[in-house]
Amino acid sequence: MARPWRRAADRPAQDDAVLPRTAVELVGVTHSYGDRTVLRDVSVVLAEHRVGVIGSNGSGKSTFARLLNGLVLPTAGRVLVDGLDTAEHLRAVRRRVGFVFQDPDAQIVHPTVAEDVAFGLHNQRVPAAEREQRVAEVLARYGLAGHADHPAHLLSGGQKQLLAIAGVLVMRPARVVFDEPTTLLDLANRRRVARVVEELEQDVLVVTHDLDLLAGFDRVLVVEDGRVVADGAPGETVGWYVARMS
Amino acid sequence: MTLLALYSPRPGALHRTPAGWKLAALAGLSVLLFAVPELPVAATALAVVVLLALAGARLTARQVLAQVRPVWLWLAGLLAFHLVVTDLATGALAVLRLATLVLAAAVVTATSRVAELVAVIEWLLAPLRLVGVRPGRIGLAIAMTLRFIPLVAERAGRIREAQAARGATRPLFLLLVPLLVQVLQLAHTTAEALDARGADDEAPPRPFWRRS
Amino acid sequence: MKTRDLAYIALFAAVVAVLGVLPPITVAVVPVPITAQTLGVMLAGSVLGARRGGLALLLFLAVVAIGMPVLSGGRGGLSVFTGPAAGYLYSWPIGAFVVGLLTQLFWRRLNLGWAFLANVVGGILVIYAIGIPFTSLYADVPLWASFTGSFVFLPGDGVKALIAALVAVGVRRAYPVIELPARQPAHR
Ligand SMILES: Nc1ncnc2c1ncn2[C@@H]1O[C@H](COP(=O)(O)OP(=O)(O)OP(=O)(O)O)[C@@H](O)[C@H]1O
Ligand SMILES: [Mg+2]
Repeated sequence: MARPWRRAADRPAQDDAVLPRTAVELVGVTHSYGDRTVLRDVSVVLAEHRVGVIGSNGSGKSTFARLLNGLVLPTAGRVLVDGLDTAEHLRAVRRRVGFVFQDPDAQIVHPTVAEDVAFGLHNQRVPAAEREQRVAEVLARYGLAGHADHPAHLLSGGQKQLLAIAGVLVMRPARVVFDEPTTLLDLANRRRVARVVEELEQDVLVVTHDLDLLAGFDRVLVVEDGRVVADGAPGETVGWYVARMS
Repeated sequence: MTLLALYSPRPGALHRTPAGWKLAALAGLSVLLFAVPELPVAATALAVVVLLALAGARLTARQVLAQVRPVWLWLAGLLAFHLVVTDLATGALAVLRLATLVLAAAVVTATSRVAELVAVIEWLLAPLRLVGVRPGRIGLAIAMTLRFIPLVAERAGRIREAQAARGATRPLFLLLVPLLVQVLQLAHTTAEALDARGADDEAPPRPFWRRS
Repeated sequence: MKTRDLAYIALFAAVVAVLGVLPPITVAVVPVPITAQTLGVMLAGSVLGARRGGLALLLFLAVVAIGMPVLSGGRGGLSVFTGPAAGYLYSWPIGAFVVGLLTQLFWRRLNLGWAFLANVVGGILVIYAIGIPFTSLYADVPLWASFTGSFVFLPGDGVKALIAALVAVGVRRAYPVIELPARQPAHR
């Protein structure tokens, strides 16, 4: 029952909850911030389980990632997530695609750990009983169960990032996009996050400078100056990228 | 830095009274005290409030006095001023009135949970739906503020250290520009993270002038 | 309102709270301590503009009202809203709004001078114009008495307006929030 005053961008796709997970598709996507073009005519179809994106600073990786859940809309071209155009079905796309950022401090918005994890469930109107159960479950999975009522800012950097990930995964998105999830972490926590990514049953896309993270991936893209310049199995593309940089 | 609310958990009768009623009573009291400027009224009101603080809110006498301490210089100055310029009766009335209201407000604060007060604020703001405001967002805004307070303090400390490490002994206020730029960027990313988690899912209510 | 605006508003409410932690200077004769929090009022208006600046201070007052000790000296709760200096508190959202309004007005040619003017008018004149009569009515003292009582704050407030102006010009160059609708600032 679409409310008549909803803008086109908010129109829920009829059965977006049961849409099968097919692919993320960029069709001739160009993106500019003001008069600065950072992605130029990119077309790719991503159907693999785990996709990595690498490239130098400022090459447009984050912009690429942000396109996938409508944080950024293309200036030209279309982005389709399992057939849903991000410009038309913004809310449905955001429900399907979880997003984890680099800086955990920017993702934690509630004073205590459990409250923060529950935030997304509040937005989805999940009833209180189920909410509490799901929050407890996800906190236990990421080793935060003992911190449920602690102030979030007292956690360590690694714990904060796990909290941010928990806050996204508790919403059970069909896909998860990570933008440099390990950049601010020490070795132990990098491994920890790598394991989390590895164990996810969701389709994931990871933007990173941490090439070790991509070991078991199915496909890796190299972005340079707003274009996809290499695309293939991680063995080839990562090697090509490293050779090119040295 | 961790903030603790001024709520004081005790098994008092006033703790079980809904926050909305207490706030309404507080508002009523302030109107009464100014509408009826009589010494006996103010004196009775003060006595009642002290009684409520001790029996209803189960505050100790020390805690009650602590509530009045921040304004006590004011009260003394006010009384002295009136003794010189007007008369004792006017001075006593002004002082009693002030002390009563400060104490009554402190009692409401000590006996009401934060979540309950936020709910009252949201309820009070409900009419703003007519102009397109989502009152539910006030709770989110308050939570974000409480989360940002330690963050801003921490980032300020970090910038100060970085400047000191480079040998800069610059005045404190020169820290403000880099600090604000940094936390503004952070807030921008925070907003994106919130949207990615569905903060914008509820469409804002339609303002009345655009309803059919 | 966009979530981004909500985040900016919450951020400046937090900035005002953090400025309250800087130790206040108490002047013996006046019962109101001099704090850095009115600097926060000026900064909110200068950086966020009228609407968001005013809302940031309203939000800050809401946080005070629910019992968080975020006013300088660890004060908070409802009792500060019934105290004799409550008028100054009520004036903060309006002060920030006016600073923001003037900053937006001067935006294209904003330099230290114009920014200082905006902060003096919104951050000092408006606040005094509300706080002084409030105290006078509320504590039943004549206007002149309440007026003279406020003068000790004037030098401190002048310094704060100057700092706010410096910061306003600096932030405008580095991260112009007020211009935002047309061009988003860079993020990482
Ligand atoms: N909101 C914005 N407004 C204006 N320019 C932007 C914005 N976001 C990014 N840019 C610019 O677009 C270019 C690409 O940015 P992007 O964040 O996508 O790069 P990136 O590949 O993620 O870089 P990094 O590895 O440093 O994170 C950069 O030059 C950046 O400065
Ligand atoms: Mg990036």
